[in-house]
Amino acid sequence: MKWELPLIGLGAILLTIAHVWGLFIAPPEAMMGDVGRILYIHVPTAWAALVILTVSFIAAIGALWTSSYGWDAAVEAFAEVGVILTALLLFQGSMWAKPTWGVFWTWDPRLTTSAVLVVLFLGVLVLRRIVDNPEKRLTVSAVATIIAYVDVPIVYFAIKWWRTLHQPFSSPDTVDSAMVSPLRVAAFGMLFLAIGIAMARWRSIRARLHTEADAPELPDLPAPLDLGGT
Amino acid sequence: MSVVADFVSVLKQIVQVLRKDLLIEWRARSRAFALACFALTILLLFSFAVGPDTAALRQHAGAYLWLSLLLSSTLLLDRSFQIEVESGAMETLVLAPTNQAAVYYGKALSNALQLSLLAALMFPAVLALFDGRLDGSPLLLGVGLVLGCAGLSAPGTLYAALTARLNSRQLLLPLLLFPLIVPCLLASVKATTLVMTGDPMNQVDSWLKLLLAFDVVYWAVCGVLFGKVIDA
Repeated sequence: MKWELPLIGLGAILLTIAHVWGLFIAPPEAMMGDVGRILYIHVPTAWAALVILTVSFIAAIGALWTSSYGWDAAVEAFAEVGVILTALLLFQGSMWAKPTWGVFWTWDPRLTTSAVLVVLFLGVLVLRRIVDNPEKRLTVSAVATIIAYVDVPIVYFAIKWWRTLHQPFSSPDTVDSAMVSPLRVAAFGMLFLAIGIAMARWRSIRARLHTEADAPELPDLPAPLDLGGT
Repeated sequence: MSVVADFVSVLKQIVQVLRKDLLIEWRARSRAFALACFALTILLLFSFAVGPDTAALRQHAGAYLWLSLLLSSTLLLDRSFQIEVESGAMETLVLAPTNQAAVYYGKALSNALQLSLLAALMFPAVLALFDGRLDGSPLLLGVGLVLGCAGLSAPGTLYAALTARLNSRQLLLPLLLFPLIVPCLLASVKATTLVMTGDPMNQVDSWLKLLLAFDVVYWAVCGVLFGKVIDA
């Protein structure tokens, strides 16, 4: 049963509800006014990206441990969705930064870490496209994923020391209670949507990997044609 | 007792691999010389790109030094498994009755040593070209250079092994390595610049500690993962 379809649908519905709620019913943000309403998509994207990339890391450990293509497909599927979410996060962040900070880009720790994250995991995806041998691809991409994931907290910490400007994390504790509920709904909506899409990708990648593994070996060079001789 | 004996035996293997790699590099000295020339050329290019603004060049001298080392390091790292691949000795290296982590640590140490040597050679050039000066202690500078080079070598050696037999390895190695060593580069540049231009807030120690943390994490993680990579 393809349960990712209901999951994607549920995610989309929750996101819609949260946005009608967040954009029209919840009060505007005290300092930023209506601009602050991007919170309802920005913060859930960040949370979902973090969860999805963590799943990719866990799948990489599973892939190294078991050498199974199921885990291998999960590494690729979740890394793909994670990269897209992180890229979206950067885009939304720039849109939010322009009216509030006055610039599209600053060298703030979370912004910069997200940018590094996109290139790190893009590298993993490129590596997967380049390596042809399925077994080798499983190992090298799992190793690269683990190495990349371990780097994230160090990158964040290093850049935090280097420079800081971003407001503290938005969590239910730092957000006014009237805004908490739509934010929670949006967070679950985004998470369901992301997991649903990743699962759909996982199914198709796994099918591709199995076809690849089951493909017959290329035959040896054909014997020279016997033309009957003269 | 056997744990100690195993440990000593692994240490001996590390030294053997290190010795072998350094010996090969020593016998092909002209290559090392070419690499140093390459690093020097990059340093020169930075001054051309920035322009003859002495103040700006002096202020960013540490950054130029590290970018030059970083670009040279991909050539150095790429080399570390090519000798084996080209002569078909990778299989021998894998099948040899050695601990695979020992092969990794030997090679990573060899890379770290060569890079540190390159850094030591380039530093006087940086002083001369960019009118730099050394305000802080030479010891701190040395610690920063060695820790930074070790930080480049740990994931660099693993990725060199990972990409060794791929066609596009010269593209893949920097593509994978550069984003990964962002924290290492940041901390190295900061530490070197602070030692060179003065450190009124006493920040060098924290950057060196960050570098040390990066080194510890990656020297440990990469040593564990290397066995998987070399088997693939």
